[in-house]
Amino acid sequence: MTTSNAIPDLLYDEVDDDLRASVRDMLATRAPWDKVLARIDAGESYDASLWRVIAADMGLAGLAIPESAGGAGAGFRRAAVVLEELGRAVAPVPYLGSAVVATQALLRAGETDLLAELASGERSAALAVPFALAPQAFTADPAGSAFAGNGVAAEGDSLSGTVKGVADALIADVLLVPASGRLFAVEAADATRTPLVSLDATRQLADVTFAGAVGREIASGERAAAAVRGALVAGAALLASEQLGIAEWCLSTTVDYLRTRYQFGRPVGSFQALKHRLADLWMGVTEARAVARYAAAVIADDGDDAEVAAALAQAYCGPLAVTAAEECVQLHGGIGFTWEHPAHLYLKRAKSASVAFGVAARHRAAIGSLVNLPSS
Amino acid sequence: MAEPVTAESLRKLVAGFLADHDPRGDRLEFLRARYDAGLAWIHYPVGHGGLGAPRALQPVVDAEFVAAGAPDNNARRNGIGLGMAAPTILRHGTDAQKRRFLRPLWTGEEVWCQLFSEPGAGSDLATLRTRAVRDGDDWVIDGQKVWTSLAHIARWAILIARTDPTVPKHQGITYFVCDMTAPGVEVRPLRQATGEAEFNEVFLTGVRLSDDLRLDAVGNGWRVAMSTLMNERVAIGGGAVPREGGMIGVLTQEWRERPELRVPALHDELLKYWVRAEAARLSAARIRQQLAVGEVGPEGSAVKLSFATLNQQMTGFELELLAGEGLLHDTWEMKRPEAVDFTDRTPSYRYLRAKGNSIEGGTSEILRNIIAERVLGLPAEPRSDKDIPWKDLPK
Repeated sequence: MTTSNAIPDLLYDEVDDDLRASVRDMLATRAPWDKVLARIDAGESYDASLWRVIAADMGLAGLAIPESAGGAGAGFRRAAVVLEELGRAVAPVPYLGSAVVATQALLRAGETDLLAELASGERSAALAVPFALAPQAFTADPAGSAFAGNGVAAEGDSLSGTVKGVADALIADVLLVPASGRLFAVEAADATRTPLVSLDATRQLADVTFAGAVGREIASGERAAAAVRGALVAGAALLASEQLGIAEWCLSTTVDYLRTRYQFGRPVGSFQALKHRLADLWMGVTEARAVARYAAAVIADDGDDAEVAAALAQAYCGPLAVTAAEECVQLHGGIGFTWEHPAHLYLKRAKSASVAFGVAARHRAAIGSLVNLPSS
Repeated sequence: MAEPVTAESLRKLVAGFLADHDPRGDRLEFLRARYDAGLAWIHYPVGHGGLGAPRALQPVVDAEFVAAGAPDNNARRNGIGLGMAAPTILRHGTDAQKRRFLRPLWTGEEVWCQLFSEPGAGSDLATLRTRAVRDGDDWVIDGQKVWTSLAHIARWAILIARTDPTVPKHQGITYFVCDMTAPGVEVRPLRQATGEAEFNEVFLTGVRLSDDLRLDAVGNGWRVAMSTLMNERVAIGGGAVPREGGMIGVLTQEWRERPELRVPALHDELLKYWVRAEAARLSAARIRQQLAVGEVGPEGSAVKLSFATLNQQMTGFELELLAGEGLLHDTWEMKRPEAVDFTDRTPSYRYLRAKGNSIEGGTSEILRNIIAERVLGLPAEPRSDKDIPWKDLPK
């Protein structure tokens, strides 16, 4: 049984606070929700100029990359703070896909050239697997010929096949592609990326098709499988911080509204039926913060509880963010259901994120295996 | 203290103390000496059992005494004294009161109970009707209190009573220390749904308390009581547990040892509890980390609320998991236990006892009000009783 009774530091330090403030300020100026919404109406996908500011100008793409590889060496704990703020702003940037998932895949694969490019913010990368793929669903084929979980095969260094519903691929310069028991880097321009009309338009999915594209092998065998699986575990774990940010925005926005909205001659927030719902939501957010910080800390420290921490993070924070967004819509009443109020952006992001890396039930089942609570 | 207190300096202090005091000698003598050396509750001031040291270092001291095989003060038997009476006396008591009460409280020589709730004043505690009337140097107390754990073994009680019925309810209350051996104090066991009497009802009939048993100013009792209750919530929800500690551990052990009980839907339900219990455990750990660096947040009330809900659901689940076996109970015999023995009783006992978790120490509904108003800043419900003299309130 995997146990972890030594609990790492779950608090934020002063550097975290400063980082949070600068990211929040920047997003308030460059990506207020009405601009995010306007991009959807204009049919625009990822915000490349916002991404350049975050990744290159602010140097945040390399937070989790060691200094020896050109990064900031600040670890995933700090990247988690950035993710909280990006969730809070439903920002249409590929931070999770590039600075967490692809970065962890490259770190695990021992690749350094591409990593340096990601660290500098020059380029971004995406792992070409379905957004809904759970870490535990990704296993190396016993015959070593293919990975379960995507539909790409390699012949020599030539890749063919399609991966459906990939996040952060549309803006990526490089795709990391698991194929036939190996992991390849492919120039995104050499693949066909078909944008999909996505529930969460702030993180638009794409089908990615390879038709004889040439890949550069990054890893093979056990190392490749471990790199992909580690990347998915890190993605599931760190997504919890984004979900925490979503939930916090929903809670605080709803509280502010209920303090100022008057019906029946009093602020509706003075009605006990509504107060109790918000008190319960606040409790959930409080616990979600501890769970998300734990997951980030375990990934940052490369702890042996990583798989449990990631499964716990998605089993708890995924549904919690959805509840927060649903409560936000309901407690805003009529306005909360309109296109011109931002609540729907958070609802879509939260629901979409709760499916990403596997739904909560799948993560609970994973915990059952990891902590020796078998189903039968 | 000129030197800052560190774990290392504390270990040295304890080692020095143990060199002078045999932990296998007289138990009370040892505990009294530990108090006098400031090694009882180290965050208390010098002279009152402490060193004015950071509270976070207490576990270091406790571990040293445990390792030496030293006697402890049987803290479970005096939870109200240690968790509520002591911090209240420390904050609001006179020097003479601190000197009289704190030492025998900490050593466990004197057990304390709490005379707050009344049959007509539960969630709305401030509407209490127990009277305290001044008579020369004494106060004369008349009234009835309920839900009084440990009253039958308590030497002292913290008591709130109405000293002025002509002002609004929060203003006319005064806080006392009640002598449980005084004439007119009658303690009767009050049985609970579990069949046992963990608590009592206490009848106070013409009980005379001298004025030096009053805590803080006349009419200031509500404010003092609030600081007591905040301590209660921290005391109920605060301890460190390992993963799968507490009730979830009871369930996981049964699941692992009894494959014949496994049903698919119950499996996912068990894992839902596992996830919630682990989230609650990490959250409690995070609060302790905040306390250790001096950030006192409002999250403590979340721990208690979350614990109550989860414990009730998990104990109900256990009965269903065990099916027919869950229908048996150990005994309905009336007992008066001094501490709750949660894990060594039958599942039926756990199921019933957990029902008290959302009532004791503030109902879950009141806690949600507190979170909504004090943490989230939502407006209070309009109230009709706030500015009316207590005597004119509808009762």
